[in-house]
Amino acid sequence: MSKDKENKDFEKNKNECAEAVAATPIKKTRRDFLKKATTVGTGAFVGAAALLTGSDEAEAKTTWAEWFQRNYRLMTDEEKREAVERLELRYTEEYGKKTTVDTTDAKEGVLFGYALNIQKCIGCRRCVHACVKENNQSRENTAIEWIRVIRMEKGHFLPEDMDKGSPQGLPFGKKGEEYGIQVGGNAGKPVGVVLEGQHYYEPESVPEKDAFYFPIQCMQCEKPPCVKVCPVRTTYREPDGVVVIDYNWCIGCRMCMGACPYWARRFNWGEPNLPKEDMNPKTHYLGNRPRMKGVVEKCTFCLQRTRKGRYTACVEVCPVGARKFGNLLDPNSEVSKILDRKRVFRLRADLNTYPKFFYFTD
Amino acid sequence: MFGIKKIDIDLKSIGSFAIDLFICSWKGSLRYYMWLAFLGFFIVFWIYGNYQQLSNGMIVTGLNDQVTWGIYLANFVFLVGVAAAAVTVVFPAYVYKYKPMKEVVLIGECLAIAAVIMCLLFVVNHMGRPDRSWHMFPSWLPIPYLKGIFNWPNSILTFDVVVLNVYLGLNAVCAFYYMYMKYIGKEVNKYIYIPLVFIAIVWAFSIHTVTAFLLNTMPARPMWFHSMLPIRFIITAFAAGPALIIIAFTIIKKTTKLKIKDEAINLLAQIVVWCLGIALFLTLSEVVTELYAGTEHSFSLQYLMFGMHGLNNLVIFFWFSLFAMVTSFVLLLIPQVRKNLKILPYICALAFVGIWVEKGMGLLLPGFTPSPIGEFVEYTPSIIEIFNSLGNWAIGFMVFTMLAKCAVGILTGELRYKPTLAKGED
Ligand code: SF4
Ligand code: SF4
Repeated sequence: MSKDKENKDFEKNKNECAEAVAATPIKKTRRDFLKKATTVGTGAFVGAAALLTGSDEAEAKTTWAEWFQRNYRLMTDEEKREAVERLELRYTEEYGKKTTVDTTDAKEGVLFGYALNIQKCIGCRRCVHACVKENNQSRENTAIEWIRVIRMEKGHFLPEDMDKGSPQGLPFGKKGEEYGIQVGGNAGKPVGVVLEGQHYYEPESVPEKDAFYFPIQCMQCEKPPCVKVCPVRTTYREPDGVVVIDYNWCIGCRMCMGACPYWARRFNWGEPNLPKEDMNPKTHYLGNRPRMKGVVEKCTFCLQRTRKGRYTACVEVCPVGARKFGNLLDPNSEVSKILDRKRVFRLRADLNTYPKFFYFTD
Repeated sequence: MFGIKKIDIDLKSIGSFAIDLFICSWKGSLRYYMWLAFLGFFIVFWIYGNYQQLSNGMIVTGLNDQVTWGIYLANFVFLVGVAAAAVTVVFPAYVYKYKPMKEVVLIGECLAIAAVIMCLLFVVNHMGRPDRSWHMFPSWLPIPYLKGIFNWPNSILTFDVVVLNVYLGLNAVCAFYYMYMKYIGKEVNKYIYIPLVFIAIVWAFSIHTVTAFLLNTMPARPMWFHSMLPIRFIITAFAAGPALIIIAFTIIKKTTKLKIKDEAINLLAQIVVWCLGIALFLTLSEVVTELYAGTEHSFSLQYLMFGMHGLNNLVIFFWFSLFAMVTSFVLLLIPQVRKNLKILPYICALAFVGIWVEKGMGLLLPGFTPSPIGEFVEYTPSIIEIFNSLGNWAIGFMVFTMLAKCAVGILTGELRYKPTLAKGED
């Protein structure tokens, strides 16, 4: 990717993102869309019913064919091609724009990794919005965001709490015979830098004085607990290290959501609401293609981009350059250099999940 | 092997067996019909609830990305225990050759069948895409086109699916084979029946153990992540299950001609009381272990017991279940109370409800609060979830009632093969 193009992309994304931040939720009713979406979503049963009643609606046929589809990894090339054709047709019709569904495989010698500079992050959530836009997440009811920025509060040690400890001396001791406070008064509440963050902060402006920020998303674990628990091998690790989900195979049991220690997975509780005008038509089968109700989704390191040599949307949009992405097997990639030279840590290393998402400070 | 040729399979008697069972399960007194109608009332709402959930998705439930498992799985976990608890009837009967129990083993097996059916209904309700259930059919099954894939042996859920279905099969085979042999007036073939019964006994432990493993193998959920969970599951199940069986026996004794010996009920009451005692002890161990150190891993328990950050939906349930378990334990310890068959069913009902609350509201739900990133989100089941859950219970009770009615008919000898009559019908 040329530097020029990269910059342009960056500019473009930034503008788009600013728009996204500014835009109020779309109020226009989309009953048509919703109606349509429900028909698609009722899924195989409707497909079957339509077939049985002799209706040769293309829609029903697609749904029916999709219902019989096998697990993506077991499909022959021919089956994959058919599946992709079906999807492209369906999406193009549904969203009113030419949509492509890519199936580019992982490249040999590539293992994707990510590094995030928590010192730089200012908590602006531009990455969150860029991700939603790029990856066709449901916008409302229920809105899905793959990245969440956690605001870490700086708690205070206060002198007036000094004598408020517990237990207060001996239980039956006379006044003046107490033997000091066993647990400090400041210990009764969050003090110092605490790990009790929250991700719903709405400040006037960022960064705030009393906080720092800690973005999380799927860590693309090398030993992913989510993959282990999935009963039907819907979710698995691709050769380039990205943990993906075959949306057409997921049975919605949410075992993986129970097992993920990073709260990275989201569920389509209802039919996703993706406005036509906001839909990103450049999709990947295992990445950002529109999802259906009842399946799980999560960050895929923007497969549709990164497998084509581009940066993820979040890396591109970050205004302070806190986000770095690259090939862990290439010693000259940014991410490898960071691992080499910076103080790096991973989240919840005690769980032995080996995330490929690293945090660092300058 | 050498036993197999000894079963005579006679199609005519099998046909008549099926017809007689069907008639028996649908014919009864006015009271029986009223009971069925009462259950049917819930099933009407169940149909509505399922229609809503299938057409709109899981959004009609109270679940969210933080609390992703709710009362469906809570009931599932509890009912796996009830199914496993049939062993408290079968074990004394066949391992200790305890005569009074042997006569009612069939009822225990009927309960297991009904409970597993409820489990499966709850699991289907829990799934976001029940239409894709076939993805779980292992690919070697001889089903054309539907080639599923099993994450075996990695995923504990696949073990659970297998053990539950096999358990259902074992109990169905044992129960129906026994009923059929009695029906045609023959003795069961010991070489087939007894090994099956013993496999079912071991299997009963496996279903609840595997269900416990389903939860306690997730370090992301520290509340469940300890090795005490399986034993606690089994112990509470062996208190709740026999408690339910005692209630069922009492009703059967009252409403039918089947004689159930008091000794059988007494033995079950003893099982209930000791399991309750151990369950309470395990609860105590957990509370002390978690709360003494008070690490972040104990937040779920603290939230359950006292509420946290002003969220305290579950607090009342914890204390209620503790109250119910302690009260029933203490009462059952008194021999005069335990042997008084008039009040025993009520105490059993208290223990049963107490454990249901303990496993659902007290164990499954708080596992999700706080979320792995420390967020506290409170979950309240939606009306649809309640409709579906009540409906699943109603279906289970209906299945049990009908099976038990047939079983009683067979055991009392009212249902018998009458070859001449069958011939006449031909
Ligand atoms: S962060 Fe969660 S969803 Fe992502 S790979 Fe790890 S366990 Fe799976
Ligand atoms: S919800 Fe989907 S991806 Fe997650 S464990 Fe179940 S089938 Fe696998």
